[in-house]
Amino acid sequence: MKRIVEVTINGERHELALEPYRSLLDVLRNDVGLTGTKKGCDVGDCGACTVLLDGKPVNSCLVLGVEVGGSEILTIEGLQRGPERLHPLQDAFMRHGAAQCGFCTPGFLMMASALLDENPAPTEEEIRFGIAGNICRCTGYTKIVAAIQAAARDKAEGKA
Amino acid sequence: MRPAAFDYRAPATLGEALALLAAHPGAKLLAGGQSLVPVLNLRLAAPPLLVDLRRIPELARSVLEHDGALTLGAMTRHRVFERDARVRAAQPLAAAAVPHIAHVAIRNRGTIGGSLCHADPAAEWPAVTLACDAAMTIAGSAGTRTVDAADFFTGLFETAVGTGEILTAVRFPAWPARRRHGFAEVARRHGDFALVGVAAAVDLDERGAVALARIAVFGAADAPVLAQEAAQALVGRRGEGAAREAGRLARARIAPRSDHHASAEYRSELVEVLVRRALGQALGVAPAKAA
Repeated sequence: MKRIVEVTINGERHELALEPYRSLLDVLRNDVGLTGTKKGCDVGDCGACTVLLDGKPVNSCLVLGVEVGGSEILTIEGLQRGPERLHPLQDAFMRHGAAQCGFCTPGFLMMASALLDENPAPTEEEIRFGIAGNICRCTGYTKIVAAIQAAARDKAEGKA
Repeated sequence: MRPAAFDYRAPATLGEALALLAAHPGAKLLAGGQSLVPVLNLRLAAPPLLVDLRRIPELARSVLEHDGALTLGAMTRHRVFERDARVRAAQPLAAAAVPHIAHVAIRNRGTIGGSLCHADPAAEWPAVTLACDAAMTIAGSAGTRTVDAADFFTGLFETAVGTGEILTAVRFPAWPARRRHGFAEVARRHGDFALVGVAAAVDLDERGAVALARIAVFGAADAPVLAQEAAQALVGRRGEGAAREAGRLARARIAPRSDHHASAEYRSELVEVLVRRALGQALGVAPAKAA
């Protein structure tokens, strides 16, 4: 039996009729049309589906749609600050070439934004610990870590 | 990948949750979902009903008593514990263990009660409760009962929580002033399930020798185990030699199995080395970073 779930996604209220067995990831992609959140492993190993649930990063594949009633969700589509204004992390990822195929990038950006909200000046070790649940299979993590460091510096210097 | 269809209820009281379990045989409790949802997604289980515990306020409540005893509601999320300096200070062994549980996103959802009830043999919380001599409160239709951690983990993914019962809280006794701790685990990558891990609590006497030790080894058997002989051998001693001997004794008593993650031989080696490292931290003869 479907349940009615009221939820705010990227600042917009939605009323969704959901079968209980559907994941938040599935709902975001197929019901709300927000396909920026990627489906990787479906068991919480890869972090590609990371979104912010009430400000905290979660794997949306491991949250049921019916669990998020009354919550606020931020996805990659809601991260940028305006039509022409990227989030400082998005800007830094572009400058540093921190995306290759790009599949893991939305998850990394959501996780990194939560990390910087919590800890505006993380050490490299803290960054690596923070993104340990996000997997990139193209290349490596050096440019991703550098981009997160740069975004933190930009924010501290008031550039972003 | 999608789970088999199930129905879903999110009761607002413990009584309603117990009534739902009684009325629906085969129903599963949903705590944080970080172990259950993968199991459902992989279709390793297909329960007809999930009873979500998130709306029951008392299950998320934690109480830090004046003497330092800490009661954590079963729905306390790992990350809530990890981010609370007061509870971390009250229970240093748990504080050392929690950052090893999976990753931040998992720890934001996963719960202490869920981890204890799932009882993965390589999980951190079960070993910590064992080393700290914590006690679990279990609610059922006939009332509540308390089970010591030493009697709680009954086998592979099995606990003392019976059909129709709900774990409501875990209580850690006050941390004595002269208690020291050590925590060490080896995983392929940080956040993966441990191949083997050790959580140790060591009470020193006024001269700095060991008065009592509890050494919980996880990932080496169907459930976390206390290395009793190793703990006995420590009494009255101090220093690196004592830690070494305890490691050897623990290895001799625990017979791990091989699986596709690691051979029994390698796990045996880890039992010895990690008991030594954890005790080294506790006894102040090894840097805490060594783990």
